[in-house]
Amino acid sequence: MSVTTAADGIKEVAPPLSDADVESLKAGDRVRITGVLYTARDAAHGRLLPLIEKGAPLPIDVRGQIIYYTGPSPARPGSIVGSIGPTTASRMDTYVPALLGLGLKGTIGKGYRGQAVKDALRQHKGVYFGAIGGAGAVLSQFVKKLSIVAYEDLGTEAIRRLEVEAFPAIVVNDCHGGDLYQDGMKAYAREDT
Amino acid sequence: MRDIHTSAIVDAVKKLCMDANLDLEPDMLRAFDRALATERSPAGRQVLQTLKQNAEMARTQRIPYCQDTGFVVCFVELGQDAHVTGGALDAAINEGVRQGYTEGYLRASIVRSPFDRVNTGDNTPAVIHVDVVPGATLKLMLMAKGGGCENRSKYRMLTPAEGTSGVKEWILECVRTAGPDACPPLILGVGVGGTFEKAALLSKKALFRELGSPNPDPVVDALETELLDRANRLGIGPQGYGGDTTAFGIHILTYPCHITSLPVAVTIECHAHRHKEVTL
Repeated sequence: MSVTTAADGIKEVAPPLSDADVESLKAGDRVRITGVLYTARDAAHGRLLPLIEKGAPLPIDVRGQIIYYTGPSPARPGSIVGSIGPTTASRMDTYVPALLGLGLKGTIGKGYRGQAVKDALRQHKGVYFGAIGGAGAVLSQFVKKLSIVAYEDLGTEAIRRLEVEAFPAIVVNDCHGGDLYQDGMKAYAREDT
Repeated sequence: MRDIHTSAIVDAVKKLCMDANLDLEPDMLRAFDRALATERSPAGRQVLQTLKQNAEMARTQRIPYCQDTGFVVCFVELGQDAHVTGGALDAAINEGVRQGYTEGYLRASIVRSPFDRVNTGDNTPAVIHVDVVPGATLKLMLMAKGGGCENRSKYRMLTPAEGTSGVKEWILECVRTAGPDACPPLILGVGVGGTFEKAALLSKKALFRELGSPNPDPVVDALETELLDRANRLGIGPQGYGGDTTAFGIHILTYPCHITSLPVAVTIECHAHRHKEVTL
């Protein structure tokens, strides 16, 4: 199992993930991710899509993996990375079903996902994690190694391989139809608005 | 006439770009503390604590608060008795941005054309708005505007019949649709009145007012207070995880408008509200 529950109740997640790992994650679960994450955002996804459509190999093997939607700021000399928080996930919605079809298991971002993504998470056993948007300085300390694996010409939008330790996130959309945004809003909305 | 050399403008803009991204203004830090005093949601409280820690790390370790170090929006108030020497004003501002972003290890987030989308590599150009005002000074009000929240900004032309209640409902609708995408707790800059472009400009400029300070117009101040309370009853909460702190502030600027019109522009700003100003 690549998902276990720690003594403090937080779930430890270590990719690669299996269907059973994904099934054990529920909307609202706090997680710590340790292992490899791949970064990709708008421009990198734009280059992956024609490869997927042609059935050509991708520069990364996505099976069991997690993609983190982020474009880090440059590292200062002596640092591994600059600021590295999540970007808005919905801009990558159109690419998600195809990537899950190839075996991708998770994405990390912030903000709503469309219905097609939620349906694809159920169908292919995938999970969408939220990281705290705008907490890029704090999140940088969980990145222990970084290398560029594809599309270096895209600068901040290149695909990077990160090795992270105890990277904090929360399950927003699980593979059972659970949705933290809907649950959270319902729990705290005061109806007299 | 008082001469202001462009080299002083370059240096000032460079410093403002770096400071804005590394050192949140005290009004933002106070907003985190105010929210922590009232927020009921454990997930929301944890987000607010992390954001406070993030601001501290940005300041002390010189890591940008957010990896999206923004599109530089620069409002210039140029005194009509001041004379800019040594070159063009906009070229000086852009040189300051170039130096600030390159030397400050800030992210280059601007593409040269919305169609071919090739990154300019140094975060230039800035969006520059110049007002000529009485006096002999040059005031630079600079914001590093994040893209994720900017993408949720909206404009609507209401009818006079829709009136104040229509304006209120529309602003709350903007909060709902921005939701977790725009990194709440949000700050809303709202421009009401003028024309299409005037309302949009006011919505940006409104964001420069100190957070938590009253609107100088008591009628508009009451409207802001009511809207902020209602926004925080929506339940969206910090990061959209559910909670009582959906917005830190709603700042409204108004302008006279045509008898046919009721334009409302809403600039959505995230909690990474990075703004600095200086007067030369």
